[in-house]
Amino acid sequence: MKDNTKKSFDIKSIFRGGLGQLTIPIIAIALLVIFNLIRDPSFFSIGFSSNNEGNTVLEGNLISIINSASELAVLAIGMTLVTAACGGQDISVGAAAAIAGSAFVKVLKSGSEIGAGTVIAAFVLACVVAMIFGAFNGTLVAVFKIQPMIATLILYTCGRSIAYWINGGATPTVSSPIITAIGSFIPGIPVPTPVIIVIVMIVLFKLLFRFTSLELLTQSVGINGSAARLNGINTTFIKLLSFIFLGICVAVAGCIGVSRLGLINHETLLLDIEMDAILAVAIGGNNLGGGRFKISGSILGAYIIQMLTITLYAMKVPSTDVKAYKAIVIVILVVIGSPVVKQKFNRFMTQLQMKKNQTAVKEGGKA
Amino acid sequence: MKKNNGFREPLTDTQLLMTITICIFIAMYGLAMIFLQGGFLHVQQVFDLLNDNASLIIVSCGLTIVMIGGGIDISVGAVTSLTVMSCVLYLNNGGSIFGSILLALGIGLAFGIIQGALISYLEIQPFIVTLAGMFFARGFTTILSVNPQKVDHEAFNKLRETKIEIDWLGYTAKNGTRIPGRMELGVIVALVIVVLVFILLQYFKPGREFYAIGGNQTSALMLGINVKRTRFLSYVICGLLSGISGYVFMMHTGAGNATNAAGMEMNAIASSIIGGTLLTGGVGNVAGTFFGTMTLTTIKKIVVASGLNDPWWQSITTGGMLCFFILLQSVVLSRREKKKKAS
Repeated sequence: MKDNTKKSFDIKSIFRGGLGQLTIPIIAIALLVIFNLIRDPSFFSIGFSSNNEGNTVLEGNLISIINSASELAVLAIGMTLVTAACGGQDISVGAAAAIAGSAFVKVLKSGSEIGAGTVIAAFVLACVVAMIFGAFNGTLVAVFKIQPMIATLILYTCGRSIAYWINGGATPTVSSPIITAIGSFIPGIPVPTPVIIVIVMIVLFKLLFRFTSLELLTQSVGINGSAARLNGINTTFIKLLSFIFLGICVAVAGCIGVSRLGLINHETLLLDIEMDAILAVAIGGNNLGGGRFKISGSILGAYIIQMLTITLYAMKVPSTDVKAYKAIVIVILVVIGSPVVKQKFNRFMTQLQMKKNQTAVKEGGKA
Repeated sequence: MKKNNGFREPLTDTQLLMTITICIFIAMYGLAMIFLQGGFLHVQQVFDLLNDNASLIIVSCGLTIVMIGGGIDISVGAVTSLTVMSCVLYLNNGGSIFGSILLALGIGLAFGIIQGALISYLEIQPFIVTLAGMFFARGFTTILSVNPQKVDHEAFNKLRETKIEIDWLGYTAKNGTRIPGRMELGVIVALVIVVLVFILLQYFKPGREFYAIGGNQTSALMLGINVKRTRFLSYVICGLLSGISGYVFMMHTGAGNATNAAGMEMNAIASSIIGGTLLTGGVGNVAGTFFGTMTLTTIKKIVVASGLNDPWWQSITTGGMLCFFILLQSVVLSRREKKKKAS
C-alpha cells in the first residue's frame, strides 16, 4: 500500500509516487493548470481594481479561487485531524457551521450597535458552541466507540434545524463595516480577509504541531489504537480533542460564511461542504481509514476542488451541472491514486527500466 | 424479551438489535394509538406510511446489504433521482412502460457495476467512489432537466392510478361513505424485495458471504470466499435496488424533479442503523431495516400529530431518536462483549 520506500529522486520517481502523499494533489494541480493554459491563458491574469468602498483590491480567477476556498480549507484542516485520529469522517460540519453562524448572528443582533467587542464576543461564543457540539460528537465516537460517520449523522440530521431554532425561525441579516471587512476586504489591504484568516489558521496549527506532540499522538492513535493505549496514550482524549479542534475550524468557517453574505440562512450556509471537505482530505492523499496525515495535502485538496469548480464556471457550465463534471474528475484522480493501479504502474515501470538498464535498477534498489 | 439462560440458543447480535427495534416500534405505535388516536387508529395510516416510503424501504434494503458487507453507498438517493428523471423524459418522448422499466434497471445496474468495480477491484475507498457517484447522478439529473417534469403517458398514468383496495381494512368516513384501505403497487414491490433480500441473506450462499466479509475480511479470505467478487456483488445489488426504487418513486409522485429524493441516502443509512445494522459490517438484518424505516417515518407523523408545528421539531426529534438508538446499540454491544470476555 505505502510504496514510498524507494526514494530515488529522479523525475520519473514523481510519476512512480516518489512524492509520497502529495503525488496526486500535485498531478491534479498540474493537470488543471495545463488545461487552463491551453484553454485560455488569461484565466491566470491578476489585476488591481477598486471595489464599491473605494479600496484597491486584487482581482482575478486565481484570487477568487483562493478566496472562495477559504471555508473549505479551514474545514479540511480539522477534518484531517478527525480522520487521522478516528479513522472516520465528520459529516455534520456543514450543519455545525450553520449552528455556529446562528450563534454568531444571535450575539451580533443582541446589541444595538456592532462594535469590535461585540464581534469578538460573538466569535468566541460561536467557537464555544461549535466546540460543545464537537465534544458531543467526540464523546459519542471516543467514549461510546461509535463509528464517526454514524455518530455525526445525528447532528447532520438535526443541526440545521437547531440553527433555525436558535434564530426563532428567521434568517436575520447583519450589516456592519466590521462584518463586511471580515467577509471581503479590510480597507487598505488588497488581499481578501478570508485568505488572511486561512493563513492565520494554518500558522496556528503549524505552531501547535511544532510545540506539542499532538501530530505524533494523533498518528499513533489512528494507526493502532490499542497499541497506542498500551503505550500510555490516552486515546479517548486524543479523539475527543480532534473533534474539539474540528469544532474551532467549524466556527471559523461558519463565521466567514456568515460575514461573506451578511446574513444567516440555515438551509444554504455552507451547504454540502461536508462532502467537499472529506473529498479534500482524500485528494490530499490522506488515508480515510486513519493514521498518517498531512495537513498540507488536505489544504491543497481544498484548493484543487475550488479550482476545478471555478474552471468549470469559466467554461460557462451552469452551477447546477458542475457536480457531474466534478465527479468525473474525482473518479479519474482516485483511480490514478488507487493502490492497485499504482502497483501495476510501478511494476510496468520497473520492467521497462530492467530492459533498458539493469545496473540502474540495482542502484535504485539499494537506495 | 427472551433471556439467555444457557439452555436456549443465545440471540446473535443481529437478532438482539432487531428485536429491540421491533419492540420499540410496536411500543411507539401503541402509545400513539392510545394518546393521539385520530389517524393512528385506522389501518390506512400504516398504508399511507408504506405508500409514502416504499422507495425508501427498497433503497434501505440495498444499503443494508452493502453495510453488512462492511461498505457504504451514499449515491443511492441521487441514483433514485436520476432514474426518476430519465424515466419521466423517456416516457414523455414516446417510450413504452416496458422500456422504462428496463431503463430504470439499467441505470441502477450501471451505477452498481461501475462503483462496485472501482471499490472492490481497484480498492478505492467506498465513501469517495459513491460520493463521486452521488455528485455525478445529481449533476446529470440537472443536465437532463432543471425544471420539474410531469409524466404525460396514458398507459403509465393508468398503472399509477391502479391501487390495491382492501375493503375490510378500510374505515367509515365522517359523512358515512366507506373508504377501503388503499395500497399502491410500489408497496407490493417493496415488500416482495424485503422478503427476497431476507431470503437471500438468510439462506443463500452469497448472502452468508456478505456477513463473512463484513465480519472479518481476512478470515473470509481464508475460508475460500472470493472477497472481491462478493463485495462487487453487494454494490451491484444495491445499485439495482436504487434503480427499482427510482421507478417506485416515479409511480408514487408521477413527476421528475432535480430535488427528488434529496437526503434519501442519509435517511436510508439512518433506517438501517435503527434496524440494527452496524456500519462496521457483519451485523444486520433486512427485517430490522424494514422496521427501522417504519420507526423513522412514524416518529415524524407523531411529531406532526402531537401539534409541534414549528418546522424544526421534526428533524430535531429524528436526530434525538437516532441518538437514542445509536447509544442503545453501543451500550448493548459493549455489555455483551464484556460478558463474553468474562465467561
